[in-house]
Amino acid sequence: MPYKFQLNGKQVTLDVPAEMPLLWALRDELNLCGTKFGCGAGLCGACTVHQDGVPIRACVTPVSMVAGKRVTTIEGLSADGAHALQRAWVEMDVPQCGYCQAGQIMTAAALLAKKPKPTDADIDEAMNGNLCRCATYLRIRKAIHRAAELTK
Amino acid sequence: MRRPVENQGPGLERRFFLRVSLVAGGAMLLGGGTSAVAQAPAQAGGRRPQAVPKPSAFVQIDANGTVTLMAKNPEMGQGIKTALPMILAEELDLDWKMVKVVQADLDEAKYGSQSAGGSRSTPNNWDLLRRVGASARWMLVQAAAQSWGVAEGECSTELGRVMHPASGRSFGYGELAAKAAALPVPDGAVAKPKDAKDYKIIGKSMPTVDLPAMVSGKPIYSIDFKLPGMLYAVFEKCPVFGGKAVRANLEEIQAMPGIRHAFLVEGNGDLTSLVSGVAIVATKWWYANQARKSLKVEWEEGPTVAHSSAGYAAKAEELFGQKPAFTIRKDGDVEAALAGAAKTVDAKYTFPFISHAQLEPGNCTAQYQDGKLEIWAPSQTPGRGQQMAAQALGLKNTDVTVHQLRTGGGFGRRLANDYLVEASWIAKQIPGVPVKLLCSREDDMRHDFYRPGGYQHLRGGVDASGRIVGWHDHFVSFGVGEKFVSSSNISPADFPAQFVPNFAVEATLIPTGVPTGPLRAPRSNSLAWVIHSFLDELAYAAGKDPVQFRLDLLGEPRVVGKGMEAYDAGRMRACLELVAEKSGWGKRKLPKGTGLGVGFHYSHSGYFAEVAEVSVDANSRVKVNKVWAVGDVGSHIIHPSSALNQVQGAVIDGLSELMAQEITIEKGRTVQSNYHQHQMVRMKQAPPEIEVHFIRSNHPPTGLGEPPLPPLLPAVANAIFAACGKRVRTLPLAKEGFRWA
Repeated sequence: MPYKFQLNGKQVTLDVPAEMPLLWALRDELNLCGTKFGCGAGLCGACTVHQDGVPIRACVTPVSMVAGKRVTTIEGLSADGAHALQRAWVEMDVPQCGYCQAGQIMTAAALLAKKPKPTDADIDEAMNGNLCRCATYLRIRKAIHRAAELTK
Repeated sequence: MRRPVENQGPGLERRFFLRVSLVAGGAMLLGGGTSAVAQAPAQAGGRRPQAVPKPSAFVQIDANGTVTLMAKNPEMGQGIKTALPMILAEELDLDWKMVKVVQADLDEAKYGSQSAGGSRSTPNNWDLLRRVGASARWMLVQAAAQSWGVAEGECSTELGRVMHPASGRSFGYGELAAKAAALPVPDGAVAKPKDAKDYKIIGKSMPTVDLPAMVSGKPIYSIDFKLPGMLYAVFEKCPVFGGKAVRANLEEIQAMPGIRHAFLVEGNGDLTSLVSGVAIVATKWWYANQARKSLKVEWEEGPTVAHSSAGYAAKAEELFGQKPAFTIRKDGDVEAALAGAAKTVDAKYTFPFISHAQLEPGNCTAQYQDGKLEIWAPSQTPGRGQQMAAQALGLKNTDVTVHQLRTGGGFGRRLANDYLVEASWIAKQIPGVPVKLLCSREDDMRHDFYRPGGYQHLRGGVDASGRIVGWHDHFVSFGVGEKFVSSSNISPADFPAQFVPNFAVEATLIPTGVPTGPLRAPRSNSLAWVIHSFLDELAYAAGKDPVQFRLDLLGEPRVVGKGMEAYDAGRMRACLELVAEKSGWGKRKLPKGTGLGVGFHYSHSGYFAEVAEVSVDANSRVKVNKVWAVGDVGSHIIHPSSALNQVQGAVIDGLSELMAQEITIEKGRTVQSNYHQHQMVRMKQAPPEIEVHFIRSNHPPTGLGEPPLPPLLPAVANAIFAACGKRVRTLPLAKEGFRWA
């Protein structure tokens, strides 16, 4: 049966199997490839998107679970890469390979929405589920602080 | 060529081209033809002659002044897509804001070697790209000088313009491109690279290419690449390495939702090329992967089913009781030296197989039609990938086109081209249809080319003055006879060879059916830990400070050994002395349960020394408070921000290897399947501070992807000993009861 949900501010309808993970619906049905496949088991955070503002792992979330919900992906975080986190990421030259960074940014965005001035401990806690294989963690932490400043 | 749907190329016909490249001997040519790679004379430093390209296109200048620079090597996060074009831009005096960087397709006749591995991209291209850039600049200056009727010496260049200061006139490069392209090409004596004191781009952190695309989710990675009508494939391999698919329930699979094809692949018997398995091709990847849950394959498992990690360990222990099978190096008389030593230490070290675990799983897109193959690949060795695909499919190399795509981490995994050959083979069975093969994480972790494990039995002795007089290493590693499997060897030059008078390394090899390969700083990532942990044991036995003990071992600044064995004790001393100074070694009072440890290592042309400050509590919980890293990778750090990122990342990567990572083999198959079983460091486990210093020595710049990693492991392990008195001789630490605080 078709599933309807709001994606990056627009209503979408998808006729796919109920158990198809949101990740694959986004990447291959809706052609939004910013959300990344890393582990397929909710272990790395590369596929992090927001469901009603809360970070979720798209790789283990069936499409049926987001029916009627509001989903935001990295492509919908800002119109032109102008979100404070995206600006801070560029300013701090955070990525190496960059593959995990969309997921990192989405997790961080949910944190800042809840806690506009997070401490190091807040950041470490919120970001604990997002792996960075290149290990750019020190810059990620700095960039989150910087984004908090930029949104003052 | 077919272009990606998302990325239509610009109208090339509107451009003027300035095509510049090197030929043998260093002369410059213009033109658009291609020809075979020529051999240039050996470069200073004694490396093998570097292949340099004949006419090609590194630089394109539009009439509007936009300059397109080709990024020739694969980008996997090491920053080379930014760093190499920066060298060209420097010599051309470009305005970086006007530069567009485009990833070059594979064409080694045009560009020279296009691999990314061994930290070689910078050293292999430093001279080449400076000369290409200098010659292109010279031609632009000539074009302007001729237009004005002035001497070229009266002209200067700045931010993409040629100026004539005497008259105040200037031309943008775009205005000169057509005229410049018609000029003869200067030889290297005329168009000299810049004096380093005039650098405006090299040494500055220019905005990283692709950065805005990365943070906004643009489809720039290999996994994101799509073509119209593309199908998606999974490839189920035998869980036992080298096993063969005999039969499978293919009809049942073919009837499942979204499935278009399912077939057996016989393979060619080469684990690095095409293994046997079952391919499932679907309209979307998820359908293909779902169908695997219903897949029933009868496997012929083959001889590796008898292999296990426990079996390897037992065999190593047995072999330690026997005479080593062969000698790698023997200097002086080790047994006599040990017999006469004031103190001796005898220790066995063990390290495990580990996986690359790069975040973007293996993937490749291929299309086969009419005897031609086109590949879009995330390979670190696209040239070898082209050859391997051609060979596997029975094609000529020239019938295989390879496009390079940005990839989510390499770490050496993509030096292998198994995924590329598999995608090509599957595409050949479905002519005319583009196919993307994508591995699941489980595929990736269970079918890696692992960093091989190993076993070392070390015996060493110091004299009454505390100097090392004898060193014996029996290395039990993997291979057959005297032939090591990939990345499992020790070389006759590995430190402290040439620094200990009575020195022997001998080896015995255990056959393995488990595929092995290079992982970031191959060999060094395990050897540095063994060597510097054992050095630490000797230092304590001698009653010496671990840093002073190592300085005494290095001795006076000098180059020891020749050619490939050359080791610059002076460069290493300088790193060690600076890291000791920066970390306050021997100068700070540390609380109980906190200690400093040191290690150094020379690999991939880079010298690094590192110190870690580590606290260990009563429950063996480890906190790395800070790491200091000092490196010497030559005269210039091309992109300081990227360089710092590489070193900090290597330090944390080393911590992951040290604490938790292990691949275990049981019944010829890999036990671990995903990140929960092969853990990497998370943000809160990373040291809050990693202080990095570079020594700018008078040597050509070399790479940074690898050399910062190896010293981290012994530095932390030695700090754990200093903090709590427990000597770590088995990795990972988690096996010894340690965990992160």
